[in-house]
Amino acid sequence: MSYTLFILLLPLISFLLIGVVDLDIPKTGKVWSHKVAGLIGTASLGIVTILSYMTAYQYFFCTPRLADGTLPTLVPYNATWLPLGDLHFDLGILLDPISVMMLIVISTVSLMVHIYSFGYMHGERGFQRYYAYLSLFTMSMLGLVLATNIFQMYLFWELVGVSSYLLIGFYYTTGPAIAASKKAFIVTRFADMFFLVGILIFGYYTQSFNFSFAGTVEYADGAAHFIACNPETALIKNAAMTVLPLSLVLMFIGGAGKSAMFPLHIWLPDAMEGPTPVSALIHAATMVVAGVFQIARMFPIWIEYAPQTLSVVVWVGAFTAFYAAAVACAQSDIKRVLAFSTISQIAFMMVALGVCLPGHGEHLNHSSLGYMASMFHLFTHAMFKACLFLGAGCIIHAVHSNEMAMMGGLRKYMPVTHWTFLISCLAIAGIPFFSGFSSKDEIITACFEYSPWCGAWMTMVAAMTAFYMFRLYYGIFWGTENKEAHAHHTPHEAPWTMTLPLIVLSVITVGTGVFTTLGGFLDWKWASFGSIVSASGIPYTVHFDPTIAGVSTVIAICSILLATWIFKGEKQPVADKMYAAAPRLHRWAYKRFYMDEVYQFITHRIIFARVSTPIAWFDRHIIDGFFDFLAWGTHKTSHLIKGFQNGSVQTYAFWFLLGAILLFLIMLF
Amino acid sequence: MISIDFILLVSTLMMFAGVYGFLTRKSTLAILLSIELMLNAANINFAVFNNLLFPQGHEGVFFAIFAIAIAAAESAIAIAIMINIYRQLHNISVDKLTKMKW
Amino acid sequence: MNAQDIMFVILAVFIVCSAFATVISRSIVRAATYLLFVLLGTAGLYFLMGYTFLGSVQTMVYAGGVIVLYVFSILLTSGQQEELRTTNLKKTVAGLVIALVGFGVFASVLFMYGFAPIDFAASSFLASPDESVISMDTIGTHMLSTDKDGYLLPFEAVSVLLLACIVAGIVIARKR
Repeated sequence: MSYTLFILLLPLISFLLIGVVDLDIPKTGKVWSHKVAGLIGTASLGIVTILSYMTAYQYFFCTPRLADGTLPTLVPYNATWLPLGDLHFDLGILLDPISVMMLIVISTVSLMVHIYSFGYMHGERGFQRYYAYLSLFTMSMLGLVLATNIFQMYLFWELVGVSSYLLIGFYYTTGPAIAASKKAFIVTRFADMFFLVGILIFGYYTQSFNFSFAGTVEYADGAAHFIACNPETALIKNAAMTVLPLSLVLMFIGGAGKSAMFPLHIWLPDAMEGPTPVSALIHAATMVVAGVFQIARMFPIWIEYAPQTLSVVVWVGAFTAFYAAAVACAQSDIKRVLAFSTISQIAFMMVALGVCLPGHGEHLNHSSLGYMASMFHLFTHAMFKACLFLGAGCIIHAVHSNEMAMMGGLRKYMPVTHWTFLISCLAIAGIPFFSGFSSKDEIITACFEYSPWCGAWMTMVAAMTAFYMFRLYYGIFWGTENKEAHAHHTPHEAPWTMTLPLIVLSVITVGTGVFTTLGGFLDWKWASFGSIVSASGIPYTVHFDPTIAGVSTVIAICSILLATWIFKGEKQPVADKMYAAAPRLHRWAYKRFYMDEVYQFITHRIIFARVSTPIAWFDRHIIDGFFDFLAWGTHKTSHLIKGFQNGSVQTYAFWFLLGAILLFLIMLF
Repeated sequence: MISIDFILLVSTLMMFAGVYGFLTRKSTLAILLSIELMLNAANINFAVFNNLLFPQGHEGVFFAIFAIAIAAAESAIAIAIMINIYRQLHNISVDKLTKMKW
Repeated sequence: MNAQDIMFVILAVFIVCSAFATVISRSIVRAATYLLFVLLGTAGLYFLMGYTFLGSVQTMVYAGGVIVLYVFSILLTSGQQEELRTTNLKKTVAGLVIALVGFGVFASVLFMYGFAPIDFAASSFLASPDESVISMDTIGTHMLSTDKDGYLLPFEAVSVLLLACIVAGIVIARKR
């Protein structure tokens, strides 16, 4: 599996090549850097995709399973990068079920986005820069999922943050893009600070940065020897036992920042200022699930040492899911609807991870069903949400606006986009035979096992999901056609470079959906996601609980019907009446419950005005004042004593004699 | 009975008369005169100490002779410089000679 | 009180008065003249102590050479009578204070030390002139001797210095 190194190297090389080399041939006047940059980026990504699929095939089907049926954890590369005594920072490649699964997700979506961008970014200024950033992002994201230890993960974690920042601010000549990129960077950096603190605490107490203490053969020597080697010292053990949950929660805060969990979600809706394919790749499919991935990565430690602490994840996730769904119901900008839907869906994954309970062997697979469900939802969500975003990109490309008011009735003009969008909407709504159903159903099942309240709550959020997605769908493709806007510019279907990715992604969505739905009901082992990813690693065959599956399907269909009733028609009397009935609620939801204003208030009125200003005053007047005083004192003193150096020999003689006499007196007495 | 104190007192008076002159005079030539006074006071001391404390030695005398020689040389050079300055600036007042000060 | 004492008192008063006059006198020519008196008085002191050679050198070099040089240069540089008295009160006070304080300190040291009073008659002043007076013979011998008490090296150094002075004097003061 040594070729896995190229999965990381190729995007890096293409980033350097596209980013540093001027691809235009000078003096010919022909600008062909567009095509060349795109081709280089896409070609390298294509190779990376092929390598990823090869890796996946070899890993899942050709690697012999361990005795208990778990897939082994492979480490093709591991190099000590920074040795610090016992502790060392390593760089390497780690292959285990979730990292290989993430490889597939990232390379597939990234390749689709690369192809799509040919059409979407056609003729944009900075095309070459765009592809360079895409390569950088892909490299960082792949590095993140392939990391062998938390520290390497953190390195690439920051790199994806940087590339996200660069890509959100791609249209750096426009104010909102700059503001959005800065906001995204600052918010995620703020959260990453906790991540780093968590990592350092973790490393300090466990003397390792590894993901798992039990681990594999390669990791046997790097086990948590702080706990293992000092079992007799109860105090230390207790300290380590309280410190581990603390460090895990700190890392979770970092993950919550990246994954836009409430209250650190505020950057994600604004991040939609970036190009739409970027939103599809980074802010829907891959980077924002880094937080979920991080918890999944640390899952052995969570479940072993801090199972109670996982309820923090549940609470945060459950609230975020509801909050984001509620906001999504009222947004009018299609990308923002999708952004909030992303937040809500990631919260689903978080909740699924949070509801896991400790167990051993086969038992763990049942008690920690959420782990499998979360990873599965991550996979399916990446596909259909990327498809939705790319579809939204096609629509924006066609009508040159993000506002739903400018759309309506587009199904006639854009059949491919329409159908793929519909498929993805059905998937996210949780209709059987679409991929979202299988994963979401598992999540809800896990939630019900955790607590009925949690299950009911998540079912309600799932219903809201179906509702707002179909509100969006009808708002775009049905409803009143904005004849005024379409009069001088008839919307048209996007070029093939843009529709091809849509088709591919929706085929994946439907295919996964059909197989897993049938497999879930008919207990097909080979069509179960649990056969490759499960909490304990032992293959697990997903079996749908017909009650829960049936209920959630009925609820999803009901909310779709409700949305159809309200939003499908040319006139929307029900919707208007609802707005009239609760104008304040609508406005609050539209304004995202004033979370941004709350932040504004906290940062500007409290932190800036009450904390920073006095500190700035202190700095300016006391610290600077002290140095000013030194300079002033020196200046004044030199003014005083410069009279000694007036060049008059008689004055010199006077002082010399005075000094001589004084010295004489001192020596005398 | 003349004590050695009195001779030394004379030379000390002469010395500090020279100091006073050095500090207060305006003309550089007058300052040079004051320097001569001080040198002379030192010479007296050489001679007196030699004579009254070590009558058999001659170190003091030789010192005085050399001091006289050097003082003469010094005043010759100083006067040459003064004359040169006077030629250039038409002034030898010590507080006016600022041309080479900085 | 013998003749030497009387002679010394006269010389001392003469020297001190002339020294004061040198630094107080308004006319620089007069100041130079008073300096001449001081130097001659000093030469008298040397004679009184029996250093006849030193006294002669003092008279010849100082009184005869240096002072003449000064007078020449004074006449060359100050076309009209220069006002010597300083108008700067601060400077005067500073000079006076330093001079008085310095004198006070030195004089107090002198008297605190308590040199044994020496009888002029008993001392080398007069007791046996032949023994105490250093003859020119001795001086010449020592001056050119390389023995323990020889001064050949400083002698040569001074001669080189004087040569340098002659050259420098010509170079500096010559008309360009």
